Amino acid sequence: MIEHLLTLLLVLPVAGSVFLVTTPTNHPASDENARRTALVTTLFTFALSLLLWFGYDKAEAGFQFVERVDVIPGFFSYHLGVDGISILLILLSTFLMPICILASWTAIKTRVREYMIAFLIMETLMIGVFSALDMFLFYVFFEGGLVPMFLIIGVWGGARRIYASFKFFLYTLTGSLLMLLAMIYMVVTAGTSDIPTLLTYDFDPSVQTWLWLAFFASFAVKMPMWPVHTWLPDAHVEAPTAGSVILAGVLLKMGGYGFIRFSLPMFPDASHDLAILVFIMSIVAVVYTSLVALVQEDMKKLIAYSSVAHMGFVTVGLFTFNQQGLEGSIFQMLSHGVVSGALFLCVGVVYDRLHTRMIERYGGLVNIMPHYALVFMIFTMASVGLPGTSGFVGEFLVLVGAYQSGSWVAFGAALGVILGAGYMLWRLYKNVVFGQLEKDDLKAMLDLSMREWIVFAPLIALVMWMGIYPKPFLEFIEQPVETLITQTERNQTSNEVAR
Amino acid sequence: MIQAIVFLPLFAAILAGFFGRQLGNRGAQMVTTLAVTTGAVLSWIVFFDVALGHNAYKVTLAEWMSSGTLDVYWALRVDTLTAVMLVVVNSVSALVHWYSIGYMSHDPHRPRFMAYLSLFTFAMLMLVTADNLVQMFFGWEGVGLASYLLIGFWFKKPSANAAAVKAFVVNRVGDFGYSLGIFAIFLVFGTVGFDEVFAKAPEIASQTFNFLWFEADVMTTICLLLFVGAMGKSAQLGLHTWLPDAMEGPTPVSALIHAATMVTAGVFMVARCSPLFEQSQTALTVVTVVGASTAFFAATIGLVQNDIKRVIAYSTCSQLGYMFFALGVSAYSAGIFHLFTHAFFKALLFLGAGSVIHAMHDEQDMRNMGGLWKKIPWTFAVMVIGTLAITGVPILSGYYSKDMIIEAAYASHAPAARYAFTMGVIAAFFTAFYSWRLIFLTFFGKTRSDQKTFDAAHESPPVMLIPLLALAVGAVFAGMTFYPYFVGDYRAEFWNGTLTMLGDIDIIEEAHHVPTLIMKLPVIMGGVGLALAVLFYLLIPSLPKTLAGAFKPVYLFHLNKWYWDELYDAIIVKPSLWLGRLFWKGGDGRIIDGLGPDGIAATVLNTARKSRTLQTGYLFHYAFAMLIAVVSIGTFFALGAVTG
Repeated sequence: MIEHLLTLLLVLPVAGSVFLVTTPTNHPASDENARRTALVTTLFTFALSLLLWFGYDKAEAGFQFVERVDVIPGFFSYHLGVDGISILLILLSTFLMPICILASWTAIKTRVREYMIAFLIMETLMIGVFSALDMFLFYVFFEGGLVPMFLIIGVWGGARRIYASFKFFLYTLTGSLLMLLAMIYMVVTAGTSDIPTLLTYDFDPSVQTWLWLAFFASFAVKMPMWPVHTWLPDAHVEAPTAGSVILAGVLLKMGGYGFIRFSLPMFPDASHDLAILVFIMSIVAVVYTSLVALVQEDMKKLIAYSSVAHMGFVTVGLFTFNQQGLEGSIFQMLSHGVVSGALFLCVGVVYDRLHTRMIERYGGLVNIMPHYALVFMIFTMASVGLPGTSGFVGEFLVLVGAYQSGSWVAFGAALGVILGAGYMLWRLYKNVVFGQLEKDDLKAMLDLSMREWIVFAPLIALVMWMGIYPKPFLEFIEQPVETLITQTERNQTSNEVAR
Repeated sequence: MIQAIVFLPLFAAILAGFFGRQLGNRGAQMVTTLAVTTGAVLSWIVFFDVALGHNAYKVTLAEWMSSGTLDVYWALRVDTLTAVMLVVVNSVSALVHWYSIGYMSHDPHRPRFMAYLSLFTFAMLMLVTADNLVQMFFGWEGVGLASYLLIGFWFKKPSANAAAVKAFVVNRVGDFGYSLGIFAIFLVFGTVGFDEVFAKAPEIASQTFNFLWFEADVMTTICLLLFVGAMGKSAQLGLHTWLPDAMEGPTPVSALIHAATMVTAGVFMVARCSPLFEQSQTALTVVTVVGASTAFFAATIGLVQNDIKRVIAYSTCSQLGYMFFALGVSAYSAGIFHLFTHAFFKALLFLGAGSVIHAMHDEQDMRNMGGLWKKIPWTFAVMVIGTLAITGVPILSGYYSKDMIIEAAYASHAPAARYAFTMGVIAAFFTAFYSWRLIFLTFFGKTRSDQKTFDAAHESPPVMLIPLLALAVGAVFAGMTFYPYFVGDYRAEFWNGTLTMLGDIDIIEEAHHVPTLIMKLPVIMGGVGLALAVLFYLLIPSLPKTLAGAFKPVYLFHLNKWYWDELYDAIIVKPSLWLGRLFWKGGDGRIIDGLGPDGIAATVLNTARKSRTLQTGYLFHYAFAMLIAVVSIGTFFALGAVTG
């Protein structure tokens, strides 16, 4: 295998963007060049990231592809490494990237070069989050991701983009500051910022609660969990299509990843104590946001609210502390990344043609866009968790796990499955796709173009693969989840002995 | 072979669905129809091999999900129960495919229709061949998807779209129960495979566990949860509201999905899980009561409906109720036997109704029909055969299966058995009445349609009539031929242990020895129903109107389907939307954003506005401020030096 694979993955997108910076902007072909450069870079990054998939030893516990340079010993080191969980999340990011570039091919007409640069930097930061093994390095990537997304929404967004991007920034930054304080405390106490070392460090149970809450503030906003979710609908609505794809597809997963990497294994006692809080918040999120989705008028807002509900499943699964719940939760993150990304792309297709996201402005699209109707149907079904699609496997495993934590947890969360069918089929799909084609401006709309088919085809294939034969994916996370479960249980047992 | 049976329809569906344009209409029709017909022929071979030759087997295809101790496989299980379902599903499906070639001949989307039909067949086959609860759930939701697509097939009709969504969402409520049942089974049994679960059932019985803060009996809870799923799919009382609306779909769909196969999935599931249900008398009692009530309630509504398809839809609902209370009194084989015979005569009635609708150019209201028998004699003949079968006239198939159920209910000593018996007998009377009412209103008397439509009415082409005749043969002979195997002398070898019956008495044996009067009762009721229908609709046609006028509230109550839709709209749909709006505008908008980001932003802005007034631009203001600062700092340090 290639030496320094992770570093290479981090450097590649940046290199692409540096190349873009040096190209002239006033040339007539420069926009086209920027698109091509970004596409080639992201494709190449994806190809390279596949080496992780093939090179990872699934049987072995612990981090692999490790690289380490101590910059400030004990305080900051350039320490990278991945386990099965982070590999799948990195692959999700690198897989969605070329799709985003392609989806922006004609939609973005102004400042194309800068747009592509923002996306490439975004990619580096995302890979960084999922491969950092130093707490401060993680923090840099985690927070750094805010900046390009802030710009993508603020520069290329819709009418209320300024409001949306500030709301987004305000929420996430507030959460992160608390996390930073907690991190500083941890480094001072444990004497290291090294994540693998911290994973074995036993923090005092009374301190754990405070640290847990500080991290929770940050991750709950990122997920987002109810009631700190209100930035998401606004951000999605104003973001350009590809921005929404990355936001829903990858950025939301950083919250879940944070729980897996920090909260659960580092503060096991607090996690167990506060699990009930998470369950209640998650169930409220599922029911509350599903009901809100039921009455939305804006397609993107509807999908944004459905994202909050689906993320509710993820948080339920994480705090079950059992194999099915955790594996289901991680699987649900991947599935939601693909499916919600695809749904935003579906909205993007009609938005590009009619420049509105209002449900009532559409209706009867199946008459002139049968291919689009089919694609949209597939992802709608994946979103409502039809067996045979990726959505089912994640939800099912989460609920199997949740039932073991308490039948009421599964009962509450499963309500979302009923409501999901309501808002996706009754509110969204029926009103947009079915019915008579009555509005005149709809009649000229074209069905999916070749480029759009290229965008959707890999997503459809992945959704079906993950639904029918999820085994390869589950194999990746089996060992890391086992490790995680032992970590969450260690203090429980030692405390019981002490008592 | 079983792989071919299950996957041929899938491949055909993919071919017709994605390459419909290349294949053309005829090509798509041929691919799907031949695939399913082949499947039907193979199914009968499997049936003879497995059910009569006792060669049950299992094929494991691949691993689906594996997480910790949870292992779920893609596997095909073939035993007698499956073989019966294979025959039912594939035979009816093949005939419906052929019929659809004629029925849909004017539709612009024929390949899509055929693809959906084949996709449905595949999902249904996955359901009946499942070897574990999760794969069954795959088929379960798969048929739900196909049903949704087919009900909404005519996507330009808003009513069809609404009905499609309603079917999906109401079924989701059932699936919610079913999936909780699966989770509970995994928690208690540690597996979801049928054989392992059934083997462990006796030792789990009488254990309790915590369910939603109640200490509940394990078996009762699990069975009731599973039964909620069955109620949704099989349109039982409370979750039945989607079935009548589902008639918005093309008629072949109603015959295949909403009469013969999909709606019987709930019956199949309960029968499959008989080793679990047998462990809980409470659950069985619930099944009995719900089934018997549905049989009665749906029949009462069927009495007054005017849409020809809705009458048959409520009839289906009612017949499914019969099947369920048969299961409830542990007469599983009788329930499945009725499922088997019902598939033939109900598909026949639906396809016959389709032929009528086809002849009348999409007219479905029986008030605008009448006198059609001379115009469409073949259709008339098969419809009468179907009606004779459903009303339980001796020698025809319904006679054998329905009588068996009523006798079993009489013979049983289970708590609600007497209730079920009473309801069953009353419903038998209603069944005869509404079935003959349909025949009389449609085919007899003077026509009430306009002359042009009546003159243009024509018999259907052979491609539609031949499937009708084939089903008619089934409706006549299926009962007689298979009676000895399903519930007669050979039943023990035939079922070969796939249905479990605990308890001391063999209910089927008991049922064979009930008093003669009880045995004759259903036939008598059928006769009374017929007589009354003759009186109402042939002899004194003004009588129904007079009666409806005299008992107006009762009539309206039934005509409006006991107001279930209005009830659900008032207590579920409207409040959900109201809550959604409240959470959105009030919760998210006013409270969270108002106190959160918007509130903070407003405060910041306010403070900034106030502090801006400090910046006057006059030099002496700034100089003065600086002076105060310098003095303050100086004082601070000076004081520090003094006290320190």
